[in-house]
Amino acid sequence: MTRKMNWEPYLLLLPSFFYLIFFFGWPMLQAFSLALRGEDGGWTLAHIQRMVNDTFFREAVITTIALIVAILPIQFLVALAMALVVNARPRGAGLFLYFYAVPLAISDLAAGIVWFAIFTQRGYLNTILQAIGLIEKPIIFLNYQKPLWVLMAIVIAEVWRATAIIMVILVAGLQSIPNDYLEAAEIFGAGLFERVTQIILPLLRPSLQVALILRTILAFQAFAVVVALAGQGATVLAKEAYKWYTDIRNPHVAAAYAGLIMVLSIATTVFYLRTLRTPEEVSL
Amino acid sequence: MRRWSWSRVWLHVLAVLLALWVIVPIYLIAVAAFSPRDVIYKYPKPLFPTQVSLETMLFFIRSSGVLDSVRRSIVVALLTLAVSMAVGAPAGYALARYVFPGRDTFRIAIVSTRAFPIVILSIPLAVSFINLGLYDSVISVALMHTALALPFTILVTSSVFASVPVDLEEAAMTLGCSRLGAFWRISLPLTLPGLAAAAIFTFVLSWNEVFAAAILTLRNRTLPAHVLSVLNESPLPFRFAGGFFLLVPALIFMLFIRRYLFNLWGRVVR
Repeated sequence: MTRKMNWEPYLLLLPSFFYLIFFFGWPMLQAFSLALRGEDGGWTLAHIQRMVNDTFFREAVITTIALIVAILPIQFLVALAMALVVNARPRGAGLFLYFYAVPLAISDLAAGIVWFAIFTQRGYLNTILQAIGLIEKPIIFLNYQKPLWVLMAIVIAEVWRATAIIMVILVAGLQSIPNDYLEAAEIFGAGLFERVTQIILPLLRPSLQVALILRTILAFQAFAVVVALAGQGATVLAKEAYKWYTDIRNPHVAAAYAGLIMVLSIATTVFYLRTLRTPEEVSL
Repeated sequence: MRRWSWSRVWLHVLAVLLALWVIVPIYLIAVAAFSPRDVIYKYPKPLFPTQVSLETMLFFIRSSGVLDSVRRSIVVALLTLAVSMAVGAPAGYALARYVFPGRDTFRIAIVSTRAFPIVILSIPLAVSFINLGLYDSVISVALMHTALALPFTILVTSSVFASVPVDLEEAAMTLGCSRLGAFWRISLPLTLPGLAAAAIFTFVLSWNEVFAAAILTLRNRTLPAHVLSVLNESPLPFRFAGGFFLLVPALIFMLFIRRYLFNLWGRVVR
């Protein structure tokens, strides 16, 4: 019996398919073409060289990566704490979940401004520190002469804003762990620490992997938080791309930065997928 | 009722501390945004709202370009919502309801778009939009935001449609409904809350997006792009009020989609 081919699903997929070709696939190729071709249309490495030789290039690369290295471990600890708390069903668990999830909808720009209000010289942190008698006069935290302080402010703002997404992924993962496992472990005398390290974390591995990939890719695009907190004081890759496009008006070097962020994102995804295989795959 | 054990007490202490970590900064920016202007420059600052005033918020809203950019932000977000639903929901329905060759490939392709920094693509898109005469318009920003939201819309709508048993549609079709009629009368009403949550999230995504909006506009800025472009030359009241203003929709919308959080993210991430 020959069945008639059903075209309906393909028709339904067609708009999305074309949309993604035009607004995702095509610009991606355009980015590389912009970065690798000169005004005359020939291939050239001039834009890449200009990017690499720029004064701010080294700083942008180092800051971007340093931020990722500093932010991610803290985020995962905080997110895990939040997820375990929600999963342990305290009173008002729904309300706590709402509070923990709120930053999910807060933009990086708003988060940057919120923490600017706290860290600025006449801001709330100095007010609180002085009120409890730790300091005599306000400290200038966001001082360009003290880049480490500025970076710390960015780390705190990013942890505050972007931990929620990891938390939600981990809570969803925790809900798929059968309670029997944990009860069995408890009966055999496993404490909280052992339950977390021996049972919960290994079973959460797929969720952790997804969260890690997602967060790292987003961290490579860190932008508005840095602008709001550091001004001209610190720079990251996305900020350089923005600067080259809007201030210096050179879309080629801007596209080179875009291409670099893309390459870094894909490389880390592949790296994570290879090193953090899920247990099933390892045992095969 | 059981007496609370120490571990239950510590659990609640930790829960409250973590909640404070999220809430206190929001509280502080709210206090700042509703203080009169001279209080904002004061040091040390009052930690509690001593004189509640709309002066600072009104100063922000009346600053040149703010109201127009708010209007543009809303238009862009609504356009993004409409286009991504119109384009993405059919694909979501197809993934949820049909079995066909290439289905898994398409799904994996959609999921793997998350490995790409899509926002960065606004730079080559800006160059194309200049050539097409679309640059610096709400349409160009909405098209970019739709590209950003579309993979998300497809996956979420697919999980929302999959949550309605296919039997219900089949029953309707046996009783004489067409496939479209079954969708319209059965699936759509049942999935409306889930679809609305997805739509709200798309709105927030567009309202919040700043990088692409700042690249793709010059004079016709959206609110985040406008605030960003003047931020470092702005007085403190403008910054504080602007930060709070940007944040408000987030708080309200999260209240609405709270129940769908895991429908939205729990399944999308797999």
